[in-house]
Amino acid sequence: MKNTLVNLVHISKSFDGQLILDDLNLYIRENEFLTLLGPSGCGKTTTLRILGGFEKPDKGQVIFQGQDITNVPPNKRNLNTVFQKYALFSHMDVAENIAFGLKIKNKTKSYIDDKIKYALKLVNLDGYEHRSPDSLSGGQQQRIAIARAIVNEPKLLLLDEPLGALDLKLRQDMQYELIRLKNELGITFIYVTHDQEEALTMSDTIVVMNQGYIQQIGSPERIYNEPENAFVADFIGDSNILGATMIRDHLVEILGYRFSCVDEGFGEHKPVDVVIRPEDVELVEPSLGTLQGKVTHLIFKGVHYEMEVTAGGFEWLVHSTKMYEVGSQVGIRVDPFNIQIMNKPASEDEEAVGVNE
Amino acid sequence: MNRKLLSAPFVFWSALFILVPLGMVFYYGLTDRTGAFTLGNIAAIATPEHSKALWEALKLSIASTVICLLLAYPLAMILCNMSTSRESFIVLIFVLPMWMNFLLRTLAWQTLLEKTGVINSILQALHLPSLNIINTPAAIILGMVYNFLPFMVLPIYNVLVKIDPNVINAARDLGANSLQTFVKITLPLSIPGVISGITMVFVPALTTFVISKILGGSKILLIGNVIEQEFTQTGNWHLGSGLSIVLMLFIIFNMVISAVTDRDMETGK
Repeated sequence: MKNTLVNLVHISKSFDGQLILDDLNLYIRENEFLTLLGPSGCGKTTTLRILGGFEKPDKGQVIFQGQDITNVPPNKRNLNTVFQKYALFSHMDVAENIAFGLKIKNKTKSYIDDKIKYALKLVNLDGYEHRSPDSLSGGQQQRIAIARAIVNEPKLLLLDEPLGALDLKLRQDMQYELIRLKNELGITFIYVTHDQEEALTMSDTIVVMNQGYIQQIGSPERIYNEPENAFVADFIGDSNILGATMIRDHLVEILGYRFSCVDEGFGEHKPVDVVIRPEDVELVEPSLGTLQGKVTHLIFKGVHYEMEVTAGGFEWLVHSTKMYEVGSQVGIRVDPFNIQIMNKPASEDEEAVGVNE
Repeated sequence: MNRKLLSAPFVFWSALFILVPLGMVFYYGLTDRTGAFTLGNIAAIATPEHSKALWEALKLSIASTVICLLLAYPLAMILCNMSTSRESFIVLIFVLPMWMNFLLRTLAWQTLLEKTGVINSILQALHLPSLNIINTPAAIILGMVYNFLPFMVLPIYNVLVKIDPNVINAARDLGANSLQTFVKITLPLSIPGVISGITMVFVPALTTFVISKILGGSKILLIGNVIEQEFTQTGNWHLGSGLSIVLMLFIIFNMVISAVTDRDMETGK
């Protein structure tokens, strides 16, 4: 496996007595696109700011390429940041913005000019050297901010919700652009976002955070298909989350109905949480279903229909290309491998356990 | 239509108290006692007595503007880095003296600085050498700085708080140390505030006659005092108005220059 580039060891941080990060451990491999994903206030931005050197952790260490950089100021770190609202220097033109870091490092003029040209080409903005940042659109400003960071050839690029202020279409374009950039440059990206779709699209690894704890670390597929707890399941995509009882291996009781599943090792007659994605709920003839219910809502979403089915006292969210009218009786069936069993948190603390993969 | 109606009191006010007096100043300034047109009142600035007063005023107001700037900038920066509650308290402390009458504050300084005043009484009691700055340019500069400092602090502070902290972070992130960040980012971004601060201190300092009268005795004549005397003592409104026009043109000239510099700074040229 690739080398570890950054290691966050037992990081804790609080502001005004409020604990933001509690004993966080995380390592980032070289050339990885890692996303810190979570709702606002989950500690993802604080984690990024600690990496950038703008905050000092109360406890713990930041190890970068084997060296402890916890107390190294931002200007002495071999990494660069792309800030949330671009943070361009409005009193300089585009070229001066991009050249800022290189001029500080006393690079030669011809080297700087080459780099500006190269960076502008990379972000598809050739010829914009002498424009003022204020005259550019949000997407263009964002590209300049990225260009300004990458000309310094950092080992690690930190991105703090860089696409948050852009409209949907532009955001999607920029997502592909970022993946391309990362592959062309071969540097490690740490990306902070609260947008789960963005995280799923771009990342090699997603770190789901909540209330200062890491909830789950894994590939986008793993995070989506095998969420480790109800928070992750709920935060990533739409889902039906139900309390259930594990009868024995491969058999789970949901709402009083028994479903076969593929999970094992949870013990016998143990309370668990179950997540079933809406696209995995099959609607069939009432007689063929494990349980029966009635369609209560129907919305056409383009790719599929979104329906709500009341069955067994639970509102099931269903995505299907087959339409059932509101009021029609349907049966619900779920394939065994589409039922994801999760441990129920025994307490509030355990719900937010800081696990490293 | 309605909007025009709403602006009527303002239009009336401006006409009566700005345009009419201005017209009168120009009328008096460009005529002699017989009412005939003359440029003599304006040319009078060239006499040694008047040009010395203008030069004197210029020196003192530039000195106090520079002192204000040197005091205000660090102060504004400190204010920006404070927590909100402490920040508003300090701003309040700064604005508090402005709630008191300008004349009273200046008279207070006179009492403090007098040969037998409060400061010297304390110094004497402590057997320290006495402070003899009343009726000197130093006392006038002190009065100007004291009275006009808030007008320098507030515009600079207003620009500084509006700078996105991430812009500063970005400079640090790109390798700049604190000094480089200040010189290349903070200072250039705060220039508009500095310029309006300079204008707000320099113009009243240049034209003042109260501060120089109270703290400078009758020994130091600034252009403001000369103009005041023409109106109140000599009774030569024509000469007073002529000198006022010169001073006005002088200030407009300065403001145009600063406006141009300001605009160039903003476009980054």
